[in-house]
Amino acid sequence: MFLFRNVLILLLTGLITPSSHAGLTIEITEGIESALPLAIVPFADSGAPVNIRDIVNANLERSGYFKMMPESYMPAQPGNANEVNFSNWQSLGQNYMVVGKVNNIGGQYEVQFQLLDVYKSNQLLGYRMTSSATDLRRTAHYISDLIFEKLTGKKGAFSGRIAYITTDDSRLHRLQVADADGFNPQNIASSPEPLMSPSWSPDGKRIAYVSFERKSAAIYIQTLATGQRERVAEFRGINGAPSWSPDGGRLALTLSKDGNPDIYILNLATRALSKITKSASIDTEPAWSPDGSTIVFTSDRGGKPQLYAVSSQGGTEKRLTFSGDYNAAASFSPDGKYIAMVHGNGNSYRIGIMDMSTRAINVLTAGPSDESPSFAPNGGMILYASKEGRTGFLSAISIDGKMQQKLVFDGGEVREPAWSP
Amino acid sequence: MKLNTWFIASAFSALLLTGCAETEDKGANLIESGQNAGGINDAATNGINSNPYGTAGSEFGGPNRGYQPGMYGADAAANLGPEFSDPNNPLSKRTIYFMLDNSQVMPDFVPVISAHARYLVANPSQRIILEGHCDERGSREYNIALGEQRAQSVANMLKLQGVSDNQIEIVSYGEEKPAAFGSDEAAWELNRRAVIDYQGR
Repeated sequence: MFLFRNVLILLLTGLITPSSHAGLTIEITEGIESALPLAIVPFADSGAPVNIRDIVNANLERSGYFKMMPESYMPAQPGNANEVNFSNWQSLGQNYMVVGKVNNIGGQYEVQFQLLDVYKSNQLLGYRMTSSATDLRRTAHYISDLIFEKLTGKKGAFSGRIAYITTDDSRLHRLQVADADGFNPQNIASSPEPLMSPSWSPDGKRIAYVSFERKSAAIYIQTLATGQRERVAEFRGINGAPSWSPDGGRLALTLSKDGNPDIYILNLATRALSKITKSASIDTEPAWSPDGSTIVFTSDRGGKPQLYAVSSQGGTEKRLTFSGDYNAAASFSPDGKYIAMVHGNGNSYRIGIMDMSTRAINVLTAGPSDESPSFAPNGGMILYASKEGRTGFLSAISIDGKMQQKLVFDGGEVREPAWSP
Repeated sequence: MKLNTWFIASAFSALLLTGCAETEDKGANLIESGQNAGGINDAATNGINSNPYGTAGSEFGGPNRGYQPGMYGADAAANLGPEFSDPNNPLSKRTIYFMLDNSQVMPDFVPVISAHARYLVANPSQRIILEGHCDERGSREYNIALGEQRAQSVANMLKLQGVSDNQIEIVSYGEEKPAAFGSDEAAWELNRRAVIDYQGR
């Protein structure tokens, strides 16, 4: 879906000075990033129903890459680059700033923003876009993505969506999809019986999930735009842990039809089913590597749940994790360099991240009951489920562990988040 | 490690009040008619539907207010005899508890399983669903597998004593249907369980 009817590059002659550092981007390497000072000036606004500046400010702050300048510290509130006195902002140590405005033009909103390099006194980005009132939040997320990518060199994840399961006090289970900041929740499915394990198709158009609506487990694939769904697995025993192949044509899943849980791959076009693991123990929670070559899964063949890897064609299985007495629910980073997992020691279950080249596990979260890690499409954040007392909520943490955010849902428990591709 | 947290409380509620801004995602409603009339609602009415536990407006459930055997009517429909409600009869016990991350039946529960085996052998048309459950710790799909192993341990003991495979259906709910809410050992030990659910004949 194309979000904006009208996206114009805003050219402000006189401001754009040829830079000897053409195509300036800031390459931030995992682990050594330091937050960049960034000021997002309140937009000159003619009564838009959504505060675009505040959404962009919150998005970028939560990313962990930026140190946002509080509004009260700002020496002025220019709405346009022409009005900026750069030396004032330079003396405040601001590397970058964003100015913008929103104009109401006959029911539509024209949103304009400029990203400015304060020290070079020039413009890095300038856009003007028209949006309906209902699309203003999406516009704000899109602007966040543009700024994030320009300053970090990485794709933003603010326009993405998250799927998750909630249960309210009447024990009604819902699969919902919301914007990445938790707004705009849409009901995908609801049932008095459990719903589990949402997995996005690589194109973001469909979700596979587990439903117990027929009093036993079955796997469904549902198209978001139409609500149409199809039951793709309902064997005797477990039908669980669906995971979409990167090419979109296959679904890895867990079946126990032969007596104990094993990993299978279902070809969605031919419906052919191939058995990938054949151990006599529990094998479950398959996760595809982004290149489609490898499946990482959880197995208790060594006595405790640990992560193992196997070719997606089947073959020799290799144990990946050796530290901690519980490693489960693997999720690959989009570049395939990391695996996030549930890492348990004693009574504490936390989110860990393993560097695939060194196999070292870095524990990111405090626990004690963190689960269901899912990478953001830009690889910078991990979304997971956590619990405080009885209340389940979603959290996101940057992969260096420095930034964390929390999404509280006041309609009940929230769990099993999955970030859209 | 210092963890900074941002609370986006009311993020969801704000949108619930204004309804759905978009209509492109049509939710499938999986509720069969008559099953749970109070539960049929969409995001716009979340939170105001009826609560089967009668605890609306307060904290939901106490330590023992979760899913109980037969809550959805199967047990009641089975028309079981008085021996099933006699506390001195092992048939009155239909929940078998387990140790952490373990699916071995503890000795205390062997007489209970044997009593059910005798009943099922004597009543070969009687069918049961064996539910497997786990406590909340660890990953959800792994717990589905663990819950199935618990139910299978009970099923294997029943079958060794002559119960037919056709009388037994296994469904693992993992940690999805806790019998007790709470994040302490008292709740966890009530949740690590297999439940024998008699089906209507």
